[in-house]
Amino acid sequence: MATLYRAASPDSLIVVPVDLLTAIYHRASSQTHLMASPAPEILQALAGVPLDAAALLAKLRADYDLVDADPGALIARLDELVETGLVERR
Amino acid sequence: MRHHFSVAIGPVGFRVGSDWRGPVAALEQLYASYPKPQDGIADFTVRLFADRPWRRVFRPKVMIGGDFVLPEAAPLSLEHGLLAAEMAMNLQMALGQRRYLLLHASAVERDGKALVMTGLSGAGKSTLAALLMTRGWRLMGDEFALLDPATGLIHAFPRLISLKNEAIQVMQEAAPDGMFGPLLADTPKGAIRHLVPDARSIAAMLEPARPALILFPTFGHAAVTREVAASEVFVRLTQASTNYVALAERGFAALTRLVTETSARAIDYPDTQSAIAQVEALWRAL
Repeated sequence: MATLYRAASPDSLIVVPVDLLTAIYHRASSQTHLMASPAPEILQALAGVPLDAAALLAKLRADYDLVDADPGALIARLDELVETGLVERR
Repeated sequence: MRHHFSVAIGPVGFRVGSDWRGPVAALEQLYASYPKPQDGIADFTVRLFADRPWRRVFRPKVMIGGDFVLPEAAPLSLEHGLLAAEMAMNLQMALGQRRYLLLHASAVERDGKALVMTGLSGAGKSTLAALLMTRGWRLMGDEFALLDPATGLIHAFPRLISLKNEAIQVMQEAAPDGMFGPLLADTPKGAIRHLVPDARSIAAMLEPARPALILFPTFGHAAVTREVAASEVFVRLTQASTNYVALAERGFAALTRLVTETSARAIDYPDTQSAIAQVEALWRAL
């Protein structure tokens, strides 16, 4: 079975777009993250809805008109987000 | 403790206790025009004490203590007792302040708006703030700017201006009528001399101001001004804040608001005259 990914619940995050980067405060860890696209978009897509990487890619492609979506790069970004504690694998 | 002194600096009250008369006498003289803490209650207590009983009299060494301490703080000689007191007061703010987001920055005010200057030690933020004070700006502080998470306003903390090395001569010339403390030679930071902020800055120290410009000065290069992205300002100010982590969500909200609502520039400057001209030009263009 494919790995599912789930983001921290939206009410545990404060998300403030600063410029090209987005500042995110994670209440559970008291940590501040400064993130570039597509990390904030991934967090939004996974908010409350566990998805596997293929379904997430399809959702991002539909929501953001991605033309050169790369599954390998998406897995790398997901791994980074898991490292931060903002996304969990299930 | 044998000797006591209390003072209000901006919204913060301090009580200093000392084993020796000297540092308290210097504080009494230099802070003579400052008010006392409201209702006599200090926010922070500072202690200047001898680490061994005989150190009160024999080669006296001043240890600094208080509500919050750094375990590795080294003692200073009694001739540097005033510096010890100032360092101890700063330390209480840096470690204990919870009401405001503390930015390691100088700040000056004009037309009700605040200019906040931050940078590495030696960038000239103290000197620039002191020079601007002699040119009609209100000095809000040379070391800490207090950002109120509830309002987004900068509150003043106009302690004695700490002038180091070359800045001493610069300010003696720029403020010939200023009230200066004793010259403290050979301190761990070189020569230090304190300058009392002007009467207007002290009288208005409880008036906050809306931040209008954040400046990152760097001394020693040809005059250049560049914009600084809000995200870069955010990162630099988290590093320039001593209590960002402690304030948690309030600190995050205060800082994101500050960086998204306030212009920011970096300036390189070859001499203080150029820096003043660059600052005034940026201010006019706001």
